Amino acid sequence: MNLFTLKGRSLIVTIVLGAVFVAGCERPGHDTVQRGYRGLAMEGVYNPRIVDRKLQANIPPEPTPPVPSDGPKASQVYKNLQILGDLSVGEFTRLMVAMTSWVAPEEGCNYCHVPADFADDSLYTKQISRVMLAMTQRANEDWQAHVGDTGVTCYTCHRGKHVPEYTFTKDAGPAMVAGLAPTGQNTRSPTVGYTSLPYDPLTPFLDEANDIRIIPLTALPQGNRKSLKQTERTYALMMHISDSLGVNCTHCHNSRSFFAWDQSPPERTKAWHAIRMVREMNNQFIEPVAGILPDTRKGPLGDPLKVSCKTCHQGVYRPLFGANMLKDYPNLAKRSGAAKAETGEAAPGSAAAE
Amino acid sequence: MSMLSFERKYRVRGGTLIGGDLFDFWIGPFYVGFFGVTSAFFATLGTLLIIYGAAIGPTWNIWQINIAPPDLSYGLGFAPLKEGGLWQFITICAIGAFVSWALREVEIARKLGIGLHIPFAFAFAILAYVTLVVIRPILLGAWGHGFPYGILSHLDWVSNVGYQFLHFHYNPAHMIAITFFFTTALALSLHGGLILSCTNPAKGQPVKTAEHENTFFRDDIGYSIGALGIHRLGLFLALAAVFFSAVCIVISGPFWTRGWPEWWNWWLNMPIWG
Repeated sequence: MNLFTLKGRSLIVTIVLGAVFVAGCERPGHDTVQRGYRGLAMEGVYNPRIVDRKLQANIPPEPTPPVPSDGPKASQVYKNLQILGDLSVGEFTRLMVAMTSWVAPEEGCNYCHVPADFADDSLYTKQISRVMLAMTQRANEDWQAHVGDTGVTCYTCHRGKHVPEYTFTKDAGPAMVAGLAPTGQNTRSPTVGYTSLPYDPLTPFLDEANDIRIIPLTALPQGNRKSLKQTERTYALMMHISDSLGVNCTHCHNSRSFFAWDQSPPERTKAWHAIRMVREMNNQFIEPVAGILPDTRKGPLGDPLKVSCKTCHQGVYRPLFGANMLKDYPNLAKRSGAAKAETGEAAPGSAAAE
Repeated sequence: MSMLSFERKYRVRGGTLIGGDLFDFWIGPFYVGFFGVTSAFFATLGTLLIIYGAAIGPTWNIWQINIAPPDLSYGLGFAPLKEGGLWQFITICAIGAFVSWALREVEIARKLGIGLHIPFAFAFAILAYVTLVVIRPILLGAWGHGFPYGILSHLDWVSNVGYQFLHFHYNPAHMIAITFFFTTALALSLHGGLILSCTNPAKGQPVKTAEHENTFFRDDIGYSIGALGIHRLGLFLALAAVFFSAVCIVISGPFWTRGWPEWWNWWLNMPIWG
């Protein structure tokens, strides 16, 4: 065929467009999970090859052998133990070793401790560790509505790194001249699933406590002052949650009525608690100690690296595919030492609040 | 219904694909044919099955009647009648009726000695339906991926399938399909307006002809596609709209499992951006 005829050129265009289509796609052979009544199309759609990669990336480390909880307490042997003083020496040492392998496997103890005096608090990393311990214990004890019995450990987020791979700070947007810079949206951002939605929905919802609900409870628009901008922010937050958990909207919603709790899967309740849990982590644990953080632990606008959904979940609907590491490290399951006094108020939805 | 004097001339025997002379007759204005019989059979059976489904269902509310496909756990096998089997039978009836109708159109076209453009066009509508309830379910491995038969329930299905991919407007084939639908409407409105404008001149003026039509668009946009061309264009736009609709749903799931916004990363990741 002569490629310069109309037919020839159409053929070339068709082939090129077809190739573009195919190149961006995945080959068939997928797993689907039904999450609602038949025919309702509430389904998870998973590419088993992507799931395999995630499984490989989410294998928890082998727990170290348990040690007895009796014997002398750590506080009797070591100085300046504010959180973990009630642990036995064996438990305390075991937890310290585990934390080291979870957070600073290369630097070892000296990442947080002054080698000459382990009790010395002069390194900021040690002070932050203490806050993180209290935060972890608080989550496990008081935010069961979200973390359940699976709970969290340092490894849930850190995965062998000083700083969890996924954190957030206030997003100033791309560095562009004022006239061209996007006004809070219309750029690509992995935070919001590569949509053009507002690229920083985390500050208003996971740091500040803005109202997420935008759908009115009345059939007619009586008194609902929610704007399109607020709506897009809410959708942007939802994109972040989807992206963080590797799920689609139907994981938590029947899209025929996003707001209706009685039509939503129970996972939505978990997410409701999660948003409040993460907000508390950012407001009550991370931000109060922002002053001792170096600039490398802060964002371009000077706020500390904060927790989002992705910090723990890392693209999986249950962090580490639900591996229960906490049962091997029970000392992280309950607030202890100074952490007991710090946050006396019970979390909403926790057993104590009911 | 009486027949106009010249109509008899077009009611010729022959041209049937199957059955020979057996069903080669008319009932009133309607040509019957073998496929007319099968159309009526499947349409009646399917409708009765839907009514049966409604009767054993929880409601007679016309908006809420719902004949749902089987659970995904049945895969590509048969399901019990009350747990999706009904949907499977109705699907068979629907395809039987639609395909029969298209073949009946073929027979009529053959009788008249005209082209097969009409059954070809209708075949695209059938293709879209078959894509939704047969091709995509087979590619995903379960009949349960088909859409439920119900006025509101099928809309819930559409909504949820869209949200399975976070934001369906980022689906490239969906974009193309929507563009073709809008363009179809544009072309049809321009064409309709043009014809009516030429056949409705000012009082006392003669009805205008094709040259006026052509001249209007030459003056307006420098080009007139012509009397035949506008119909070729119209058919192309409409069929392309349906075709890309079928593409946009068949790629959602079988060929893409993540959010559609993320699909565009092939573009964002191109080396030309440095």
